[in-house]
Amino acid sequence: MTAVFSDRIDIALRVNGEEVEARVPAGRHLVDFLRLDLGLTGAHASCEHGVCGACTVKVDGQAIRGCLMLAAQADGADVWTVEGLSDTGDLSDLQAAFVARNALQCGFCTPGMLVAAQELLAQPGIPSRHAIREHLSGNYCRCTGYEAIVDAIESTAQARADRGVA
Amino acid sequence: MKPFDYIRADSTTHATRAAGQGANFIAGGTNLLDLMKLEVMAPHKLVDINRLDLHQITEVDGGLRIGALVSNSDLAADMTVRKQYPVLSEALLAGASGQLRNKATTGGNLLQRTRCYYFYDTAMPCNKREPGTGCQAMEGATRLHAILGTSDACIASHPSDMAVAMRLLDAVVEIESAGGAVRSVPLSEFYRLPGQTPHIETVLEPSDLIIAVTLPAPAKGAQTYRKVRDRASYAFAMVSVAARVQMDEGTITDAALAFGGIGSQPWRNPAVEKALIGQKPSPELFAKAADILLADAKPQKDNAFKVPLTRRTLIATLKELCGKDAA
Repeated sequence: MTAVFSDRIDIALRVNGEEVEARVPAGRHLVDFLRLDLGLTGAHASCEHGVCGACTVKVDGQAIRGCLMLAAQADGADVWTVEGLSDTGDLSDLQAAFVARNALQCGFCTPGMLVAAQELLAQPGIPSRHAIREHLSGNYCRCTGYEAIVDAIESTAQARADRGVA
Repeated sequence: MKPFDYIRADSTTHATRAAGQGANFIAGGTNLLDLMKLEVMAPHKLVDINRLDLHQITEVDGGLRIGALVSNSDLAADMTVRKQYPVLSEALLAGASGQLRNKATTGGNLLQRTRCYYFYDTAMPCNKREPGTGCQAMEGATRLHAILGTSDACIASHPSDMAVAMRLLDAVVEIESAGGAVRSVPLSEFYRLPGQTPHIETVLEPSDLIIAVTLPAPAKGAQTYRKVRDRASYAFAMVSVAARVQMDEGTITDAALAFGGIGSQPWRNPAVEKALIGQKPSPELFAKAADILLADAKPQKDNAFKVPLTRRTLIATLKELCGKDAA
């Protein structure tokens, strides 16, 4: 081992394209590191047990639960939150579709929904409504009943296919 | 969550040595971190094994060697798994959510803990969490609980879907101990029945590290994974069946069956398979198979429904795999 057991861990990672270095408590969860240490409050800490999906962020290209990963484990990782994905414009058509379809009411689940949906939209082809529902089954929304969310993702996939971008 | 010390292992030797010093391994962390938040588990030290070179899937001797750190997502999507071991891919995709499968590992999935409500509630007695304190589940809510392989000390069910498919496929667990010795344990001998020691769930010693799971060359026949749960996605199995059936001219020439949601471990009963092999499929034969499987079932008040549900799920699965030959 290159180090000894410690309750403070030095990490260096990339968050939304920017290099970040920090010393974190071993028990710091990634979502808390993003929210409390970096001020990136887009990913929400909600159930904090890996159930609700509000904390969904991208780590090394994959959507994961920010509440079930230690910040220490993100050393060397490439992390993207809804803030970064909004700034790059990667989500803008999906976000517009969410607005157009009223796919949010209180908006609490929306960052997690967007990041989770982006992973599905990055796959080739237009997903069926069943596939969309299956993909989002780990993201809870207590307002919308999901229909409008599925509508927004389906219409975005269709529009991207029509434009030849997916 | 209780404070703990953390270290990253850069070799299996270092990892097992750290475990020998009382550290818990952490891989995907999807189950362990949750249990730590609830203080159901409170390790003083964690050794992070994610950087070990255990991420490969390789073809070996006609079979497959799956590194312990291969994620559930990657394993489910692997083309060899999808073609040769479709039951494994189906079982993986029937478990958890996409975000969890992206992090959860092959070794970790085998070791995930029961979702018994009383195991999770530190205000309740639990022989698995605190040996000797008793079992509150016996007279409580048992919808998720086991009806086979239980004891008077514990009726917790094993929650994994992946492990049920692995059990069907005669998987073998490769284990490295402190000092570097590697041994192989068939999954059929990996889990321990609860007996009076439900806190000891596997044959692993404290510093043992799962490094891989190997699957023998695929056996012939059609495979499927059927999972029955309280909602269509993202829920633990009430009952699941992993099955493989080979037919020849209207006769079942080979069969294998493993069950989830009903056993204290991924459940398999050779007598059920023996009753099917060499027979022509019929409702009577399928009923007989269910009778054998459920002969020793010990349901509680809440989960008595699992006896008829298992019967119907098994029969439906056999009908599906025996095709038009099923009467």
